[in-house]
Amino acid sequence: MSSIGTGYDLSVSTYSPDGRVFQVEYAAKAVDNSGTVIGLRVPEGIVLAVEKLVQSKLLVPKSNRSIQTVDTHIGVATAGLLADGRHIVNRARDEAESYRDIYRVPISGKMIADRVGHYVQIYTLYSSVRPFGASAIIGTFDLDGPQLYMIEPSGVYWGYHGCAIGKGKQVAKTEIEKLNLDKLSIVDAVKQAARIIYAVHDEAKDKEFELELSWVTAQNKRHEFVPADLAAEAERLAKESLNEEMEDD
Amino acid sequence: METELGLKPGEIGLGTTLVAVGFDGGVIIGADSRTSMGGAYVVNRVTDKLTYVSDRIYCCRSGSAADTQAVANLVTYYLQLYAIQHGEEPPVRVAAALFQELCYKNKEMLSAGIICAGWDKYAGGSVYGIPIGGSLHKLPYATAGSGSTYLYGYLDTAFRPNMTKEETIELVKTAIALAIGRDGSSGGCIRLAVITEDGVERHFIPGDQVPVLGI
Repeated sequence: MSSIGTGYDLSVSTYSPDGRVFQVEYAAKAVDNSGTVIGLRVPEGIVLAVEKLVQSKLLVPKSNRSIQTVDTHIGVATAGLLADGRHIVNRARDEAESYRDIYRVPISGKMIADRVGHYVQIYTLYSSVRPFGASAIIGTFDLDGPQLYMIEPSGVYWGYHGCAIGKGKQVAKTEIEKLNLDKLSIVDAVKQAARIIYAVHDEAKDKEFELELSWVTAQNKRHEFVPADLAAEAERLAKESLNEEMEDD
Repeated sequence: METELGLKPGEIGLGTTLVAVGFDGGVIIGADSRTSMGGAYVVNRVTDKLTYVSDRIYCCRSGSAADTQAVANLVTYYLQLYAIQHGEEPPVRVAAALFQELCYKNKEMLSAGIICAGWDKYAGGSVYGIPIGGSLHKLPYATAGSGSTYLYGYLDTAFRPNMTKEETIELVKTAIALAIGRDGSSGGCIRLAVITEDGVERHFIPGDQVPVLGI
């Protein structure tokens, strides 16, 4: 890498001569090495799915969740360093609460993304701190309908129809592009999300993973984990389609 | 000197009649124009008690003139900030929540009875009452001020949901004329504002054209 040994990558408060901040790019690398996380936006709501790589068989299943609830109507899935992700979520919770205190209405997707984005950006300015080694995918249902945003370690955020981060993001993105997101039902979106996570999982490099699935539906506008029976069904279909693919090869 | 509740001796009050009624596509707010001191001296006979807080939201002020002006100025400032930060006009419920927060947190110091009404793209026309004490009430129609005592019965019988704009203007105008006729602290002219998606339309009925109703 061109950055190594030049001395321009040692601090977040140093630019390289061509105008880059290498520490921020390294933070993004931490996200690229993480398990895949995807978000889908369909008319009936948002689906978040995480390929959580299991570090040890001794871990209790469902521990170290990387999907968390920020407010009743907001779910956040993080990729990268888990602890950094949790810190971002904590800040998001504070922002959602303070917004409610002032305006007496739930914060919109755009505003929570804006506020958390600003917070993350601050950590790219000072040599005394390190940028977050985590990206956050925010799924909400507000007055304008379902909203999906992703915040990067640099602090930038964009709104998406569908997005993917982590190890399998390239494959996941091409799979998401094939979906007709404007026509997909929320249940089908859950099934597709599970299928994509299974499809991008690299069994050779990473042994086991746990699938985390959550949604925010138009029906109750709440962020919650996908009900166990639907999650199991989606997982079964995902495994099935994976087997079919292997037989085709 | 007991025309109005909670006013300090010598304080200028809005012994007032305020009416706000929602209709299909917006709201109509109306008020008399009398500002008096101690119920005897008329400080201003052409007061505008319908106060701008954002492009599609107005408030109607009753109680202490000074207190309600201060509160309305603060809310106007917060709503400007909201519009800049959100890139769109604030909803009426947010404006009403801000009024309530200020009126409740400072209830020991204020005498302010406010009606907050306007139009937004989510709820259409809406009316919120924030009486003395700082509670918040979403209502199909509201009345406040000293003149309101004479109006509840009339409004309860005359109001119908989904009225046209013209019918609603007539209702609000008649209500204020009735209160002016009975309430010593209300008088002068009638001021109206029609708030819809298209904007705010102001009407003025001079004192000599205020309908004389009843005996």
